[in-house]
Amino acid sequence: MSRIQSPAELEALREEILSKRDPNKPCITLCSGSACHASGSREVAAKLEEEIEKQGLKEQVDIRKTGCHGFCERGPIIVIRPEEICYFQIKPEDVPEIVSQTIKEKKIIDRLVYTDPAAKEKIIHESEIPFYKNQGRIVFGANISVDPKSIEDYLAIGGYKALAKALTTMSADAVLQEVKKANLRGRGGGGFPAGVKWEGTRNAPGDIKYVIVNADEGDPGAYMDRSLLEGNPHAVLEGLTIGAYAVGAHEGYIYVRQEYPLAVENVNMAIKIATEYGLLGKNILGSGFDFVVKVHRGAGAFVCGESTALMTALEGRAGEPRPKYIRSNVVGLWGRPSVLNNVETWANVPLIINNGADWFTQYGTESSKGTKIFSLVGKITNTGLVEVPMGTPLRDIIYKIGGGIPGGKKFKAVQTGGPSGGCLPEESLDLPVGFDELTAAGSMMGSGGMIVMDEDTCMVDVARYFLEFLTDESCGKCVPCREGMRQMLKLLTNITKGKGKEGDIELLEQLAETAIEAALCALGKSSPNPFLSTLKYFRDEYEAHVKEKRCPALSCKELIAYYIDPAKCNACTTCARKCPSDAIKGGKNLIHIVDQEKCTKCGTCFEVCPPKFRAVTKISGQPVPPPVPEEARTIVRESKQK
Amino acid sequence: MNKERVDQIIDKHNGEASSLIQVLLDIQAENSWLPKEALERVAERLQVPMTRIQHIATFYKAFSLVPKGRHQVHICMGTACHVRGASRVLDTVEGLTGIKPGETDLDLKFSLEIVNCLGCCALGPVMEIDGKTHGKMTPAQTADVLKNYQ
Amino acid sequence: MSDILLQIDGKEVKAKQGMTVLEAAKSAGIAIPTLCYHEKLEPFGGCRLCIVEVESRGSTRLVVSCVYPAEKNIIVRTRSEKIDRIRKMILELQMAHAPDAFIFEDLAKEYGADKNRFEKEPSFCIHCGLCVRYCAEVKKKNAIGFVDRGIRKEIAFVPEIAAKECWNCKECFPLCPTEALQAAYVLVEALAFPRASESTK
Repeated sequence: MSRIQSPAELEALREEILSKRDPNKPCITLCSGSACHASGSREVAAKLEEEIEKQGLKEQVDIRKTGCHGFCERGPIIVIRPEEICYFQIKPEDVPEIVSQTIKEKKIIDRLVYTDPAAKEKIIHESEIPFYKNQGRIVFGANISVDPKSIEDYLAIGGYKALAKALTTMSADAVLQEVKKANLRGRGGGGFPAGVKWEGTRNAPGDIKYVIVNADEGDPGAYMDRSLLEGNPHAVLEGLTIGAYAVGAHEGYIYVRQEYPLAVENVNMAIKIATEYGLLGKNILGSGFDFVVKVHRGAGAFVCGESTALMTALEGRAGEPRPKYIRSNVVGLWGRPSVLNNVETWANVPLIINNGADWFTQYGTESSKGTKIFSLVGKITNTGLVEVPMGTPLRDIIYKIGGGIPGGKKFKAVQTGGPSGGCLPEESLDLPVGFDELTAAGSMMGSGGMIVMDEDTCMVDVARYFLEFLTDESCGKCVPCREGMRQMLKLLTNITKGKGKEGDIELLEQLAETAIEAALCALGKSSPNPFLSTLKYFRDEYEAHVKEKRCPALSCKELIAYYIDPAKCNACTTCARKCPSDAIKGGKNLIHIVDQEKCTKCGTCFEVCPPKFRAVTKISGQPVPPPVPEEARTIVRESKQK
Repeated sequence: MNKERVDQIIDKHNGEASSLIQVLLDIQAENSWLPKEALERVAERLQVPMTRIQHIATFYKAFSLVPKGRHQVHICMGTACHVRGASRVLDTVEGLTGIKPGETDLDLKFSLEIVNCLGCCALGPVMEIDGKTHGKMTPAQTADVLKNYQ
Repeated sequence: MSDILLQIDGKEVKAKQGMTVLEAAKSAGIAIPTLCYHEKLEPFGGCRLCIVEVESRGSTRLVVSCVYPAEKNIIVRTRSEKIDRIRKMILELQMAHAPDAFIFEDLAKEYGADKNRFEKEPSFCIHCGLCVRYCAEVKKKNAIGFVDRGIRKEIAFVPEIAAKECWNCKECFPLCPTEALQAAYVLVEALAFPRASESTK
């Protein structure tokens, strides 16, 4: 493959690729992101290849293994083009039927098609499914058409056009001004205007500057960056190169978590191929601009997602953040001006350059332009990655796209912004998603994690959970974070165990103030947020835990007891058999009793009790009723009385 | 891990001090832990103080300074899995294996770790063993899954 | 290089280029409490005790004075209700680990800090980092360093280096505000030094 030496050659190559592609040729698109791998898509892929070969269709049918499609709840996913027939939850056993029925005979296999739960109708085409239809996938949408391991797919959909445009028809300053005009705000959590950040670096003294991709996505429950980097690495590289040109950097770094091996593999491959094609390296597209990119793997530290800690880690040290009185876009990596932006931020750049800032600003609200990719997870029917224009109400995301709460349970809260964010209750559901809107409500946008919680979630435990996470991830350098969180975690843990005292909540609030005002970095400064937001909206739960030793959500182990309702027990013996601690006394036709001394509160009995009986209950804040006396435990069956 | 292999890994990264973490990651991946001799060789060739290596090897979760078990059990404790009951799964696994996160059992059979989000939230709660994902775990199922590993 | 003019606690202070607010205050005889500061060492910014209020360009915020650069025309306040509250909390959090350390006696009195506020975990080390930084920056021996992170963070000697260097040096010992350092050294000597008794002869 010889290097592309000019934009004209790039277009010629694109034409050549497109001319060899027949849009009517059947193509089986298989989602091959990490989440679908976990659901078995690798085995499906192998079976597909085998079956296509076996049925003699190798020349007639293409197979394309793409990145994440986003509807992770229903993976593995296949979309058959050109008809756009969408099949879900594919197992290898389904493959022969798919090939012989749908590919060969164009017949739809009903059981694999999406059924709309409300309208009860079957929807065949991907774009008509409510989950996809109600999104606005300007960034993520490309994933479904691109095999990340090849560059041809990306070129076929118009890839690298923006790079050619920027490098050969725009000045570096013009590129910067366009991004500034678009008001692209950082998608990693800070929401800082990218154009302003770039300008600071551009104007900073020094010849050596850096651009960095923050792919250290650490918020638990958020995996948008992983799916973007795995599924469309060239888009990120293109955005990074354009940014490098705008600020005058010739060296770039991609900091990826080593916990994302597929992303590491795909981005390394993309860099290699792009370099071969002359889209990275010296004299890119004949423009005279040089740019190289190195991949650096993270080694397991959430704090390294913080920009100064990330740069310290890039230098080969323990990732302890530095005080940020002089911003890192002026004094950053190796003391040099460095632009650090999130994966999703960089992926937006080619779109802005291709379509213009005015196109971009038509999406979103006054202060939050464009779209945002969220990972919608937790107690939600349609778990997955969703992209919506800023300004979309939370309610639409959770209900229209997410399909609401499963199991007939009631919505309780939605957590956004990861460990730095907060929980918003039902009253906030009409809030439009946007940086400032979420912050004003007591949460924040963060990187895009959106965790839905229902009536069974204890909000005090949620605060404790996040504090436990942050305590484990704190670098330990400063007192307000290390020691402050140590004490906050102790207090919250005690409260969830029924050991909370009067004055605990006030002490927690004071520790929160110390962390917010005096901690060294954003991890410490935002660590009290989950506690403060849950206290604001769910204070009654805290008071119940402290004053009544009761967990309203029936979740905190030390505050609940499992009790078998004697009126409902049917002696099916399932719970007694499944109990891992042998804590249930019972037998045929005998009402089952939980031995509270032996019970470890694992919840197995509650899970396995057949829904038609629902005899196992949870109680909290009141004493367990004494067990039914032995003589009265025999169940008298109606049939025996006849 | 022998000295030659350590040197090869260091050479792959051009012996640069800033590649320290990448070098250690490669050794960890191949050897499953970081022996003292390997660290001393790295300190010597990369010209970095042992205290820096000591700090890095303990600061980052990817590294282990002690040998690990034959099977790596990772329980996801990400927010989505937590909300779906991951701590009950963890408690049951702790009971079955006799070890807590960060520990390896005396037979060197299982090493248990908690991880923060594997990104398969649709399958939560998730337990990953030797890279294989077991989704929608409940405490009741853990015994059956662990039984299959020798 | 021209001097920088700033105001600290109502007093006009002249600072040199490159000085931090703490250094500027010291030069003017204004005391700001510190735990992790040492004039021979790069500022650490770990204890946060030296926080002060800085008003500049219309906005006020809290910064750590040992790191924050002295800028012209800023107005600095070293005491306020909020600052005192936070310093009190920091002292109380530290005293949970080293309740009787001499360094806290006067400071605790000044800020009304109660050493019994938090449950004690007598690890003695308060993570000021003076020993680690002194050995790295001044002696350049790197015989002692930090390990792990967060609440598990500790100081640890490298036995091979400590066995050779420390007995004849011990310059870090008087820097330690509690007894943690000496204790750590004694432990490592007992457990890990090759034939320690001979090396001390």
